[in-house]
Amino acid sequence: MAFLSAPTLAHYLVLGAILFAISVAGIFLNRKNVIMILMAIELMLLAVNLNFIAFAHYLGDMAGQVFVFFILTVAAAESAIGLAILVLLFRNVGSINVEDLDELKG
Amino acid sequence: MFETLVFWAFAAILVFAGFRVITTRNPVQAALWLVLCFFTASAIWLLLRAEFLAIALVLVYVGAVMVLFLFVVMMLDINFDDLRAQFRSYVPLAGAVGVLVLLEMAVVLIGDGLGTVGIAPAPQGPTNTQALGLVLYTEYLYPFELAAVILLVAIIAAIALTHRRRKETRYQDPGVQVKARAKDRVRLVNVASEPVAPPPAPPEPVAAAASPQPQPPR
Repeated sequence: MAFLSAPTLAHYLVLGAILFAISVAGIFLNRKNVIMILMAIELMLLAVNLNFIAFAHYLGDMAGQVFVFFILTVAAAESAIGLAILVLLFRNVGSINVEDLDELKG
Repeated sequence: MFETLVFWAFAAILVFAGFRVITTRNPVQAALWLVLCFFTASAIWLLLRAEFLAIALVLVYVGAVMVLFLFVVMMLDINFDDLRAQFRSYVPLAGAVGVLVLLEMAVVLIGDGLGTVGIAPAPQGPTNTQALGLVLYTEYLYPFELAAVILLVAIIAAIALTHRRRKETRYQDPGVQVKARAKDRVRLVNVASEPVAPPPAPPEPVAAAASPQPQPPR
C-alpha cells in the first residue's frame, strides 16, 4: 500500500507546500491585521524550513540544516523588530489596521 | 511503518493547526495554534534526523518569539472585531490564491519524480549536533558571525524603537557629570574685610516691648 510506505522526500515537500499555501491564503484573509500577517509570515518561514530540512536529510547534505539555522536567526530578528515597529505604530496611530497606515500616501 | 504513522499523524495536526492559525477569530488563540504548529513541525524535523534544529525551534520560537507575540497581542488594546469586519469577503480571493500556489507547487513536485530520491546513507560517527557544529564553525564561520551581528542589530533596534524617555522621571546624565568642573560650580569672591561694628546698645525695656527695634541693616 502506497499510503503506508515510508515517507519520501515528496511527502515532506507536499506538506511544506500545503503549509505555504495556507499561510499565503492567511495573508490575504487577514490583510487588515498586522499581527496576523506577521504570524502568517512565521508560518511561511516554517514551511520553507521544512523543505530545507527534508532536502538536507534526503540528499545527505548538511548545508540545508545550516541554512535553516540562519533562517531561524533572521526570522527571530525580523519578528523582534516587526513587533517593536507594531508597538510604536499602535502608540502613534492608535490602530494596527493596515488601511489606517496611509501616512506616506503611497 | 511506525515512522510512517507518526509522519501522517503529525502532518495532519500541522495542517489543521496551520488552518486554524489563519481562520481563528482571536489573535491570542491564533498565537496558541501557531505554538502547536511549531511543536508539531519540531516533531517532524525529528523524523528527518535534525535533532538540534528541532530543539532550537522549540526553544527559540515557542520560548521566545511566540511569547513575544502573545505579549504584544495582550499588551496592545486592540479592537479585533473592526479588523475582521470584511473577513468573509476576503475568503474567495484568499482561497483562490492559496489553491493557485498549491497547484503551482504540485506541478513542480509531480513532474520531478522526487518520490524516488532515496535517503543518503547516514554519516557514521558524529551526531547531528556535532555535525552541524563542525560545519558551522569552519565552513560557515563568516555567515555565523554575520548572524550574530544581525541579532545584535535586532536587539538594539527593538530597544531603540520602543524605548521612550519619560518627562517626569529624573535621571542622571553621566556625560554632564563627567564634564562638570569645580570652577563652573563654585565662584570664589574676594571681599574686602570691613571693620567690626560696635555691639548695639541694649534697648530700653519699655520701648522694646512697645515697638521692637528695626533689624539693623545687613
